[in-house]
Amino acid sequence: MSEVASPERLLFVSTAAAFLEKEASLSRVRELHAAGTSFDRGWWQRAAKLGWASMLVPEELGGGSVSGDGVADLALVAEQVGHTVAPGPLHPVNTVLAGLIDAENAEAHATTIEALVAGELIASWAVYEPRRGWAPLETTVTATATPDGFRIDGVKDRVEAGTDADVILLVARVGDALQQFLVPADAAGVTIEPQESLDLVKRYALVTFDGVSVSADAVVGSPGQSEALIRRQAQVAQVLQCAEVVGILDTVFGFTTQWALDRHSFGRPLASYQALKHRFADMKIWLEACRATTRAAIAAVGARADDADVSASVAKSYVGEHAAPMLQHCVQLHGGIGVTWEHDLHLFLRRVTLYRSMFGTPEDHNLRVYAHAEAQKEAS
Amino acid sequence: MTETTSVQATTETVEEFAQRAKAWLAANMPTCDPQDPPSADRGEQQPWLRARELQKMLYEGGFAGICFPREYGGLGLPISYQRAFDEVSRGYELPIILNMPTFAICAATILDTGSEAQKRERISAAIRGEEVLVQLLSEPSGGSDLASVITRADRKGDKWVINGAKTWSTSAFAADYGLLLARTAWDLPKHEGLTMFLVKLDSPGIDMRRIKQVNGSEEFCEEFFDNLELDDDAVVGEVNDGWSVASRQLYHERRAVGGGSEFSSGIGAEGKTDQPVDYVELVEELGQADNERVREMAGRALVRRAVHEQLIHHVYDGVLDGSLPPAAGSIIRISHAENVQFEMDTALAMTGSPGVVDDGRGLFRIGNRFLSRQAASLGGGTTEIARNIIGERVLGFSREYAADRGVPFNQVKRKRD
Repeated sequence: MSEVASPERLLFVSTAAAFLEKEASLSRVRELHAAGTSFDRGWWQRAAKLGWASMLVPEELGGGSVSGDGVADLALVAEQVGHTVAPGPLHPVNTVLAGLIDAENAEAHATTIEALVAGELIASWAVYEPRRGWAPLETTVTATATPDGFRIDGVKDRVEAGTDADVILLVARVGDALQQFLVPADAAGVTIEPQESLDLVKRYALVTFDGVSVSADAVVGSPGQSEALIRRQAQVAQVLQCAEVVGILDTVFGFTTQWALDRHSFGRPLASYQALKHRFADMKIWLEACRATTRAAIAAVGARADDADVSASVAKSYVGEHAAPMLQHCVQLHGGIGVTWEHDLHLFLRRVTLYRSMFGTPEDHNLRVYAHAEAQKEAS
Repeated sequence: MTETTSVQATTETVEEFAQRAKAWLAANMPTCDPQDPPSADRGEQQPWLRARELQKMLYEGGFAGICFPREYGGLGLPISYQRAFDEVSRGYELPIILNMPTFAICAATILDTGSEAQKRERISAAIRGEEVLVQLLSEPSGGSDLASVITRADRKGDKWVINGAKTWSTSAFAADYGLLLARTAWDLPKHEGLTMFLVKLDSPGIDMRRIKQVNGSEEFCEEFFDNLELDDDAVVGEVNDGWSVASRQLYHERRAVGGGSEFSSGIGAEGKTDQPVDYVELVEELGQADNERVREMAGRALVRRAVHEQLIHHVYDGVLDGSLPPAAGSIIRISHAENVQFEMDTALAMTGSPGVVDDGRGLFRIGNRFLSRQAASLGGGTTEIARNIIGERVLGFSREYAADRGVPFNQVKRKRD
């Protein structure tokens, strides 16, 4: 991730940073929250003009990346987003795009893809189901073949930006086969109820599909391809989260370090106390380890490497486990001001706490990493 | 990363080099099961003799000292070649125990600070598998305050006469030469009156004994110097500038402990006792393959291990491209120690009572390993010192107060009144 080397990427990153600073600052996040808004659609269209929804999409489908590695480019944006815990559907839109462009019938969704790239449409992935943990390959939602297509029944929840989404990509089951569908949010039989999250501006939704009729071309990929698509979407969602958290940690560690140097107690800067110095040293190690593992996961997912799945799990586990405690250390180091609404720390703490548990908890991913080691040993 | 690597032009690409190494290894080097390497207890003589033999074979095959300059017997290649060699040499028996401290610390420091003769003789002899090098730094009274050396080197005629004691010298019994830090001026502040000497360890005046550790290992030694006589050519660097030399050793050690040195060759475990815990095997031995709690614990440890490896590369690259200062090597040092702690704790917790009462299944080894858990947080400087280094030299916080700073050493208080 810190590999920004080429002038094109430098420009891309600095443009994203300038845009965020101007239009998605921390005070803007507070304003949106106070107004009960998640994000402004016009703002997202301007973000899309900067390429925030085009990085994963091949040029023939109207997209294009900066470096040729769209995942890495997108992760750079996510890292910048972390600096101000900016709002917006960056993750859900790109996660859906990751599935659409890989689908065998991507051409059938060309219009949707184009509109997503342009920021005119918002999409989200409905993968969680009520009272169930992270199990993207399991679903109770059914799709039954009808003369015109399919009828979808079931409930999804924790759908990011669900109340703002125009289309929903959902995982369902046709008989025993997994199949994803792209369903318009305003289709008859779709009900969307908002779910609050810890974050000030990230909103989720419970989506009920009650006899929703879709045409046959609503399918995304073939049943045989579904598992691969779902894995890919999960990897993209997970590395974007990690990249955004790295941006958050970088910012918070930076201003907390500055605080320790500036703030004096008993006539000495906080930074001169060894007990605190050691705490900062530990945080520096966690920060660099989060960077290291996120960078490795981005590279593996970007290259579609064989170990992309396990690399994403390693990063998600480590970053998920360390980010929130690190933020709490920073709260502690700030003293009383750190637990006030006025101080920005909680904006960052909210986002990392949210992300810890979405798309698999560290504990979920630890089990996956173990299963991977077990499978490798069996294979050898 | 360091100014020590003199990169020479080579017409062979990394890939070609790796292919050639692969073929040569297959034809010439004994294989070993990476899961079950030959015993290499650093406290025994035999592994050292074997390591010299293996090093000789590597040298004769042209694969020794990959990142050391050609003029001192190496190949003068960049680290990418060493990493490629590490990859293709998995599964072969290699002289891994020579990496630390011989190559990654001692030879690397001699390369930075030694005289032309010292570099030509000691580095090339080590690369040829003829000599083993050690550090004689710590003292019984010193601990983390390494520079508080009281072993003395007094000028008598044209000789230096050494008296004092050193401790915690790794595998000194198996070594030929040691880098010995001694005090040559007592009226100067702590760091300014030290000199580094390169000492032949079978010289008269050196009495060496073994230290027995909690786990029974006797790899460490202590040495007593009784009028050991050295010539001027034994001085490494300048007289009274020994702290710069020692600092280079510490620098190389910090990087190497975590696995970030270009002068280390081969990445396998040193031997059975150094083997990383095989969690899948352990879970099976415990009959807990269906226990989600145990599987999750093992998975968490595997995550930590994977991230430590990623961190080594990240820090190495960061120091190289300037995004991290050289002192960031301490990040790897601490991460290594934290990982050992985490893994030992995890394995002990997973194992339960068979780890502490020997039921004949071999799981007792887990309890025994746990007993020496802290060694990784102590050896090569404590993790507390490493945290100070990160605080002060990476984050730029002010230095810890030291009562001896700037004070002539003979006026420094060294014990309770």
